[in-house]
Amino acid sequence: MFISMFGAVESGIIYAIMALGVYLTFRVLDFPDLTVDGSFVTGAAVAALAIINGVPPIIATILAGIAGFLAGTLTGLLHTKGKVNALLAGILMMTALYSINLRILGQPTLSLHMESTIFDQLGSVWGTSIDNSLNGMLGIFGIDRPPSTWAILIVMLLVTVVIKLVTDYFLKTEVGLAIRAIGDNKRMIRSLSANTDNLTILGVALSNGLVALSGGLIAQLGGFADVGMGIGMIVIGLASVIIGEALFGTKTISRATLAVIGGAVIYRIIVTLALRFDFLETGDMKLITAIIVIIALISPKILQAQREKKRRIEKRRALEQDIKEVG
Amino acid sequence: MLDVKNISVVFNEGTVDEKKALNNINISLEKGDFVTVIGSNGAGKSTLMNVIAGQLLPDVGDVLINGKQVVHLSEYKRSRFIGRVFQDPMAGTAPSMTIEENLAMAYSRNKKRKLTFGVTKHRKKMFKEYLQTLNLGLEDRLTAKVGLLSGGERQALSLLMTTFTDPDILLLDEHTAALDPSRAELITDLTKKVVADAGLTTLMVTHNMQQALDLGNRLVMMDKGQIIFEASGIDKQRLTVEDLLHEFQRIRKVQFEDDRVVLG
Repeated sequence: MFISMFGAVESGIIYAIMALGVYLTFRVLDFPDLTVDGSFVTGAAVAALAIINGVPPIIATILAGIAGFLAGTLTGLLHTKGKVNALLAGILMMTALYSINLRILGQPTLSLHMESTIFDQLGSVWGTSIDNSLNGMLGIFGIDRPPSTWAILIVMLLVTVVIKLVTDYFLKTEVGLAIRAIGDNKRMIRSLSANTDNLTILGVALSNGLVALSGGLIAQLGGFADVGMGIGMIVIGLASVIIGEALFGTKTISRATLAVIGGAVIYRIIVTLALRFDFLETGDMKLITAIIVIIALISPKILQAQREKKRRIEKRRALEQDIKEVG
Repeated sequence: MLDVKNISVVFNEGTVDEKKALNNINISLEKGDFVTVIGSNGAGKSTLMNVIAGQLLPDVGDVLINGKQVVHLSEYKRSRFIGRVFQDPMAGTAPSMTIEENLAMAYSRNKKRKLTFGVTKHRKKMFKEYLQTLNLGLEDRLTAKVGLLSGGERQALSLLMTTFTDPDILLLDEHTAALDPSRAELITDLTKKVVADAGLTTLMVTHNMQQALDLGNRLVMMDKGQIIFEASGIDKQRLTVEDLLHEFQRIRKVQFEDDRVVLG
C-alpha cells in the first residue's frame, strides 16, 4: 500500500509539470489546447530516441521540452495567423503529431530498460545515507517495506517547485500580464498595444514545452516511450487543474499554480486507490478520469442552482407569512 | 496631429444590403483640439472611430498621425499613439486581474513590454497618486480584482488607464452612454479635467447633444456617412441644442428636396 502510494506521489510530481502547461493554456490564455495529447508523446519520443543514441539524459530531457515548444508554436501559428478555431487547431496538431511521433520512435514502443536514464544517474550520485535515515523514520511508523530510493521524489519535487516559481514570476512580468489579459479581455490588451498573436503563440509554445518536458521525464521514469501514452492526457491535465483549484483555491497566481501541482498529485493518488478495486482495470482509468472531470465541471453549477432554489423558496415562505399576518 | 483624408467605407459592396458607412470624410485635428462628434444611429460615427483606431481598413483614404501615414498599421501598433475608451464599461479593463495589474498593463502601452515585474514598489506609489485624482477611493484597493468594481468605477479606471500615458490621440467612443445619469456626469467631468490638464488631442463620439456642446472646442455633426455641419470656437460656444436640431432639419430638408429633383 505504502509503496504504491509512494509511486503515485512520485509520478504525480512529474505529471504536475504537464498540468502546469495545461493550466497556462486552459486557464491563463483561455485556449483549450488539445495539442497536449500529441506533444506529451513527442517529448517522450524525443527523450527516448536521444538517450538511445547516446545523448546525456539531461540534454535529452531538455530536447524533449524544446520539441514540445516547437509543436506549441505551430498550434499557435495555426490559430492566430491561420485564423483556425482553437479547438480545431489543437486537434489538427494532435493528429499530425501522432504520425510524427511514430516517425521519431521508429516503432510503436521504444524501451529504455537497457539505457541509463536521468533517474538512474540521479540514483548513482544520491547518497544512500539520506534514504537510510528517511526509511528509518518510516520504520517508526511501522512501515517495513520502504521505497528503494527517495532521490526521484525529492529531486523532482525541487524541479517542479522551481518551474512553478519561474511560472509565477513570468506571469507577473509585463509580458506575463499581457498574456493573462489575452485570456481575460483580448480587446482591451490589443488597444494597449500588445501583439496578441505573438503573445498567444508564446503562451501555447511554453505550455507545450512543459507538457513535453513532463512526457520526456515520464518516459524515463517508466522505462519506455509509447506512441499511445498521450491518449487522454489533456483530460488528465484538466482533471488535475480542476481538482487542485477546487481543493486549494485560486486567489493569487502562486496559489493557483500550487493548486495545480497539488491537483496532479491527488489525481494520481485517486487513480492508485481506484485501481485497488478488483473490478476495475487499468484501461478503465480514462473513463474514470472523464467522469471526475465531468463531475468537477457540472457539480458547482448544480449546487449553485439548488442554493438559488432554496433561497427563493425561503423568500416565498417569508412573504406568505407576512401576508398571513397582515390578513 | 491627426489628419483623416478622403475616407470611404462601404459595407456589403455589390449586394442589396450595400451601405455607404463613410462617404469621403475629411477631418483634421490640431494639437490640443477636442472635437465632439454627434449623429444618429448609423451616421458613421463608430465606423470613423474604428477606422482611426485601426480596427477597420477603409476602402480608400488616409489616416495620418503627426504627419505619418498609419492607415496600414495594425490596431495594436497604432495603439502606441492612440488611447481609446470604449462604450462598454467592461471593455477597457481585465476583470480577473487586480487594479494595479490593469494599471501596469496600461502603463506599458507606449513602451516595449519586458520580462521585468509589471507592478513594482515605485509604480505602486505612482498608481496610487493617479488613482487619488479620481476621488473614488480606488487608491486603497490596489490589489482588488477589477471585476468587483461597479460600471462607473470601471469606466473611470479605463479613462485613467487610457490617459495617464499621454496618448497622442485620445478616442472616446460614447464612453458615458452605458452609465446611469449621475455616473455619466462623473465620467464627463473627469474627461473634461484630464483632457484639459494634459492638453490631449481628443475625438469624442456621443449621442448626447448637450454633452457635445458642453465639451470640447469643436463640434462635428454626421449623418449618413457624411459630415453635414461643423462649428468651432466662439460659434460652438453659442450653439444650443435647439440650434443643432434646427440645423439638422434644415440640411436634411435641402437634401430631401435635392433628392426629389433628381428622382423626379
